[in-house]
Amino acid sequence: MNEILNLKNAFKTYGKTQVLKDINFKLNKSEVISLLGDNGAGKSTLIKCLSGLEKFDKAELIINEKKVNLKNYDIKNARDLGFETVYQESSVGLEQEIFRNIFLGREITNTFGFINIKKEQEVSMHLLQNFLGLRGVGINPNSKVSSLSGGERQGLAIARAIYFDSKVIILDEPTTALAIKEVGKVLNFIKTLQEHEKSCILITHNISHAYEVSNRFIILERGEIKADIKKDDISLIELQSKLLTIQNEYQ
Amino acid sequence: MKEKYIYQISILVILFVILTLFITTVPEVFLQSRIYISYLSIIPFSMILALSLTPLIIAKEIDLSFPSIMAVSGYIFAQSYLSFDNTFIAFFLCLGFGFFAGLFNGLIVVKIGVPSIIATIGSQFLFRGLAMILSGGTALSIMEIKESFISDLFTGRWFGFFPAQSFWVILFAVLIWFILFKHKFGNSVLFIGDNKKAANMMGINTDKTRIILFIQMGIMSSFCAVLLTLEMANWWPTNGEGYLLLVFASIFIGGTSVFGGSGTIFGTFIGAIIIGIIESGIIAMGLDGFYTRFIYGVIILIAVCVHAKILNKGKV
Repeated sequence: MNEILNLKNAFKTYGKTQVLKDINFKLNKSEVISLLGDNGAGKSTLIKCLSGLEKFDKAELIINEKKVNLKNYDIKNARDLGFETVYQESSVGLEQEIFRNIFLGREITNTFGFINIKKEQEVSMHLLQNFLGLRGVGINPNSKVSSLSGGERQGLAIARAIYFDSKVIILDEPTTALAIKEVGKVLNFIKTLQEHEKSCILITHNISHAYEVSNRFIILERGEIKADIKKDDISLIELQSKLLTIQNEYQ
Repeated sequence: MKEKYIYQISILVILFVILTLFITTVPEVFLQSRIYISYLSIIPFSMILALSLTPLIIAKEIDLSFPSIMAVSGYIFAQSYLSFDNTFIAFFLCLGFGFFAGLFNGLIVVKIGVPSIIATIGSQFLFRGLAMILSGGTALSIMEIKESFISDLFTGRWFGFFPAQSFWVILFAVLIWFILFKHKFGNSVLFIGDNKKAANMMGINTDKTRIILFIQMGIMSSFCAVLLTLEMANWWPTNGEGYLLLVFASIFIGGTSVFGGSGTIFGTFIGAIIIGIIESGIIAMGLDGFYTRFIYGVIILIAVCVHAKILNKGKV
């Protein structure tokens, strides 16, 4: 079985507004899916619920063929099950060293909680060189994250997720507010996820970025899934017009 | 990495410039050991508070209520010593109050969500008022406590000259440095100050960490009150009042960022020494005591300007 996540009949309301209406979708191993849709379509809410930041009102969540008890489902629980969310700009501490960022919340410590800094630095060096491809240029595990470019910061957060063996990496608008060169870097990081047999849920407004790296597209509108399309079945142009048609229906 | 050292070196230079100035102007005072012994007995009070407050500042929180916590704790220490004639009961009751006072601040800030600067302005009045109510506004004299073991332990003169409080403050500085930069708790503190949202996302319990920081501040304020009461063998209702500005000055001269997320224990340590030696230095130089504050101001402003300059240079 390749299925890593199966969400059934998910509902969520904020006050009187229904933000998620009967959401059903599956995610397979090594699959990258894009969640597309306008602002307010429910993308962020869905992600927040999946990453344990908020709770579904009602849903059935099956991860690795095991039913998850949603009452106790929180960020820590989600991470233990292999979910890691990378938020634009907000997943790293800019003034802290790279090695501290990589190991934040999962430090290598002795029994008294003191950090094995040397070990953390070695692993960080390895990740910097082999995943981010940074060599020589004055970047080392002791550099502050603020000395990395925007795309590299995203890459660092992704590398962190891979190192800690996350199964599903959720990327929230990873290419927004980045220079073109940086976008290329981030898209490459997403492509390498499949080599590592990781699954990925990508939220983006940029359809061409989504098309470049995804295997499947889920279009959300007003809290409902309006389309679930494989990349093989659709061209970029068709996807764009489909998205527009769906959005226009609701205006 | 390098910028950090530049700042630490520059603050050491400031200290040596000030000392050299004092030594050349009033060698008869500053070439004698007496003044330094007196520094060793006085500086630890504000230093212990500054060291304890530094992690809170790094976590982007603040506590303005510690002088008042000191007042109540000192009262509890002195009064329960007088009532029970037992220094250990007095000691633990006093620290116990510090624990609850810190917890109180922490809960208001973290659970109710009041910004710490406002919450602790409130609790500052509350605790100061409590000290007044409890004591009826009168001082307590506890001269006999000078004979006790606890007095020798914390504020005695070891080897006949060395003020014990200096040893304890150095021990505390080393301990808090290790916790802040080598322990995972310190890691959480740094990230909370830098990017609390990210810390939350990465599974750091930011609420618990911040409450612990407030509790730590409360306990150390009480410990400082014990030291002060032992040293003076006396408690008075305005106990602790003068420390507020000195402590903040020590921290910011030391180079801890006002914006949170970074800070230095070494800097606070040296900052507290600089602040501590200035007043008596000024008086020994023959200047009026009125100059003290003015010169504090000059030095604080120079230090924060140098810091801002270095920080800007470090930005890519």
